[in-house]
Amino acid sequence: MYSFEFEKPSTIADAVAALGAEDAQALGGGQTLIPTLKQRLAAPSALISLSGIAEMKGVCVNDDGSVSVGGATTHATVASEAAGSYPALAALAGQIGDPAVRNRGTIGGSIANNDPAACYPAGVLGSGATIITNTREIAADDFFEGMFSTALDEGEIITSVRFPVPQAASYQKFLQPASRFALVGVYLARFADGVRVAVTGASEDGVFRWTEAEQALTKEFRPDALMDLRINPANMIGDLHGSKDYRAHLVGVMTKRAVQACV
Amino acid sequence: MTQVSMTVNGKSVSGDVEGRTLLSSFLRDHLSLTGTHVGCDTAQCGACVVHVNGEAVKSCNMLALEADGADVGTIEGQANPDGSLNVIQQAFQDHHGLQCGFCTPGMVMSAAALLKENPRPTEAEIRKYLEGNLCRCTGYHNIVKAIMAASGQDAGKIAAE
Repeated sequence: MYSFEFEKPSTIADAVAALGAEDAQALGGGQTLIPTLKQRLAAPSALISLSGIAEMKGVCVNDDGSVSVGGATTHATVASEAAGSYPALAALAGQIGDPAVRNRGTIGGSIANNDPAACYPAGVLGSGATIITNTREIAADDFFEGMFSTALDEGEIITSVRFPVPQAASYQKFLQPASRFALVGVYLARFADGVRVAVTGASEDGVFRWTEAEQALTKEFRPDALMDLRINPANMIGDLHGSKDYRAHLVGVMTKRAVQACV
Repeated sequence: MTQVSMTVNGKSVSGDVEGRTLLSSFLRDHLSLTGTHVGCDTAQCGACVVHVNGEAVKSCNMLALEADGADVGTIEGQANPDGSLNVIQQAFQDHHGLQCGFCTPGMVMSAAALLKENPRPTEAEIRKYLEGNLCRCTGYHNIVKAIMAASGQDAGKIAAE
């Protein structure tokens, strides 16, 4: 790793101030950032840890029934604390990485990084969640801008994520067992006014909504509704773990499983 | 350099570290607690698992300064006060839960974290929990047996694979 300064502020205001320094970078749980730094693929002047900010931690149910997760909340905490209020999201969090990674990695870190195979982007986009930062609220549909790219500005901090709780939801992850990321993961959420389907792991553009499947399932919520739908393999990721065609096929399979899990 | 202070295996320790010093480096190089192994250095293998405030973490993937003020437990603190092996360590010995031994500190620390949260895990739960601990000798079967035995269950019931 290149050398950097380390700061651990205890308030959002102090973290925002510290991130004003040139080339300063926020540090969530570090489960992706620290390996990246070890490979010298990043050279921040300072890392501003968000792990000491109490107001950014924990899961709570709001008056309108939505569930808010603090940006610095670990996957392990979401897996246990959201189990009653939003079970599908808790189940997703409990499938990320391995137990030791889940004790450090955070929701804010995951979605700010927007890894094309990460689980959380599917849960956030599939739920139609709202990302709350120190300056504004961003709808999930406007947040994810392609592989490793988001709507966040320089120095902007994800303070929490607010999830509307669907009538039924399911995350189906086809595990890539070496990396523990999703080879393909599908998050399906059924609301009173329609179905949302978000896919991770598959596209070269990162997480995306499969709108044809959403329309078909909104009309008729059963696995067979997807029978005639195909994802175009052209934009899929093709690598040694799976070809474009294989991933396109898996999107359909995992979406059907998600529907089955919800009926 | 910044001063970092923490409790390691019940003892207060401190040292001067850089921002980039990893918790694993602080334990091994500053405190000479070399029982915590660094295998892959990419957070895949789990040989470096320690407990931070009671939770299993990969110490090669955490900055030492992030553990400032924390209560850290390593393999060196696992034995009983009289120096004899604790229940998990003894079970690893009894069931040959190691071959080369490199992954063993991380396996024991993960096993301890598992049994704290789930005192009588099933075989499947043990295998699932150890997903982030790799044994290059592929000695998983006896490791699982050892953890079954350490939790007071019949290790003989595990089917040979």
